[in-house]
Amino acid sequence: MSHDNTTDVARRSAGEHPERFDDPGVHQPNPRLSDLDEKHAKKAERQVAALFTISIVGTIVFVWAYFALPPGETPESMRLSNIVLGLALTCILLGIGLAIVHWAKTLMSNKEYVEERHPQRSDDETRAGAIQALQDGAADSGISRRGALKGAGLTALALFPLSIVLPLIGNVGEDWNVSKFKHTMWRKGTRLAYDPTGRPIKASDLTIGSIAHVIPEDLHEAESPLDEKAKAVVLLVRMDPRDLKSEREPGFGFDGIVAYSKICTHVGCPVALYEQQTHHLLCPCHQSTFDVADGAKVVFGPAKRPLPQLPIEVDAEGYLVARGDFVEPVGPTFWERLT
Amino acid sequence: MKALAARRHDRRAPVVLLLLALLLTGGLYAVFAPAPAGATPAQAASTATADDVAAGKALFQANCATCHGPAATGSDAAPSLIGVGAAAVDFQVGTGRMPMQANGPQAPAKPVQFNDEQIAQLAAYVASLGDGPAIPSDEQVDPALGDPANGMALFRTNCAMCHNAIGAGGALSGGKFAPNLWDTTPTHLYEAMLTGPQSMPVFNDAIITPDEKRDIIAFIDQQGGAAPGGLDLGSLGPVSEGLWAWVVGIGLLIALAVWGGAKSS
Repeated sequence: MSHDNTTDVARRSAGEHPERFDDPGVHQPNPRLSDLDEKHAKKAERQVAALFTISIVGTIVFVWAYFALPPGETPESMRLSNIVLGLALTCILLGIGLAIVHWAKTLMSNKEYVEERHPQRSDDETRAGAIQALQDGAADSGISRRGALKGAGLTALALFPLSIVLPLIGNVGEDWNVSKFKHTMWRKGTRLAYDPTGRPIKASDLTIGSIAHVIPEDLHEAESPLDEKAKAVVLLVRMDPRDLKSEREPGFGFDGIVAYSKICTHVGCPVALYEQQTHHLLCPCHQSTFDVADGAKVVFGPAKRPLPQLPIEVDAEGYLVARGDFVEPVGPTFWERLT
Repeated sequence: MKALAARRHDRRAPVVLLLLALLLTGGLYAVFAPAPAGATPAQAASTATADDVAAGKALFQANCATCHGPAATGSDAAPSLIGVGAAAVDFQVGTGRMPMQANGPQAPAKPVQFNDEQIAQLAAYVASLGDGPAIPSDEQVDPALGDPANGMALFRTNCAMCHNAIGAGGALSGGKFAPNLWDTTPTHLYEAMLTGPQSMPVFNDAIITPDEKRDIIAFIDQQGGAAPGGLDLGSLGPVSEGLWAWVVGIGLLIALAVWGGAKSS
């Protein structure tokens, strides 16, 4: 693409500015192979036609497959149907698109035009007429005569958006009772139960190296069990007491069994990827890693605080029970948490 | 004799000698090795004899004692095997994870190094060291007898966070990973839950009952078939899908835009 109109540009020597640059005019691209040689034009034409043909064949295949390959009942037949329909649709649309672009690039005229802008200002007579018409209309309607109506109308218009804004803002958060975040349904004596079966857990169930996903035994009696579960889920880990370096709340565990909230202190994902050998607990969302053997402190990732620990003990029948609620709010930081 | 002596210097002599030696070793092995029990590991383990234990001990001394110690009490490099039970051996050796090829973040599954009989013997030996979980029976692991719907509920809570919602596997920390479960045999699935190999925690029969374990196996049995949506990109979810969308998808769009904007020659 060599410009041979360099002579149009005012030449200047160093430090000297020309009075003005000459208009270089509209640049006209070099002729293409298909402009110069009819053989190339024919070839491009065949290519475009082939691309359109791909699209046509695609449509035929699509219609055929729609009837001949129904999704059916098995994953295999659904897969076949989806793949054939999808590939056919790809051919249909991509064929048309590529053909049009190729056609425009190789065969259609590539001459460049400049269209000058027209002045947009109306002539003075029209402008004066428009203003006059507005003024006549205002006078005719008598708005300025009835001030009370004007005030009432404006007030009505000003108040009407409340009917849209109020529900929108009122529905944000829905419930402003922040104290809910600070408590879970764990009470003194609530039995720990397996999630999802709800069987109560005996301390003797847990062998060293085992974990259990835990819900409160009376979860199903809660008013909204899912909301309560989202706060109350606990991961129970039993390790060799010799491996237990520290607890988040000293004395909250029982004989190597520790119960930590499963809700990540970063943004509240369920932390549940437990590595038995390292005692690391990994959050699947942002890779926060907690060391269960060392007070569930954060060893990696964006979480700021260790997981809260649930105080547990064993009741007379050997079942694990909570000694009370968590001593700190579970889950991510919120405005009113103040720590 | 003279002819034989002359042949001794033949170029082919070492090859012939090697073949003869191999034949002799193989023949001796066939004679002295215990006859194949022709049984599944489960049956073999339940009928482990003193001979099996002795043969297992010999195998253990030759293949495992370097790391696990001559009395299987463990060392700095490997845990004690006393009380891990036959199930742990059948899983670790039966999936090729043991003997471990090289030190690394975890021992990956690889081609199995022993035959079924040898694995049963090793399992019998380790089981004789201390009480531990036994190899499950065929009925305990039969997916046809399990309830896949209940298995799905249990899998979602207990397994999905590491092994992915449909058992396609996933990453852990420091190069460790939870493997794909689709091609794992039902017996090995059961044993893994029971014994908690490597990073995996233990799900003993109190935490997930034997029936529930079978339900989970029934659920896994139904995963990993044809994906109705076409390319599943490893069923790994947003990571692989994102990679394709951002690199391949957007790359193609950019290439098309460049082609569309370039002048024709």
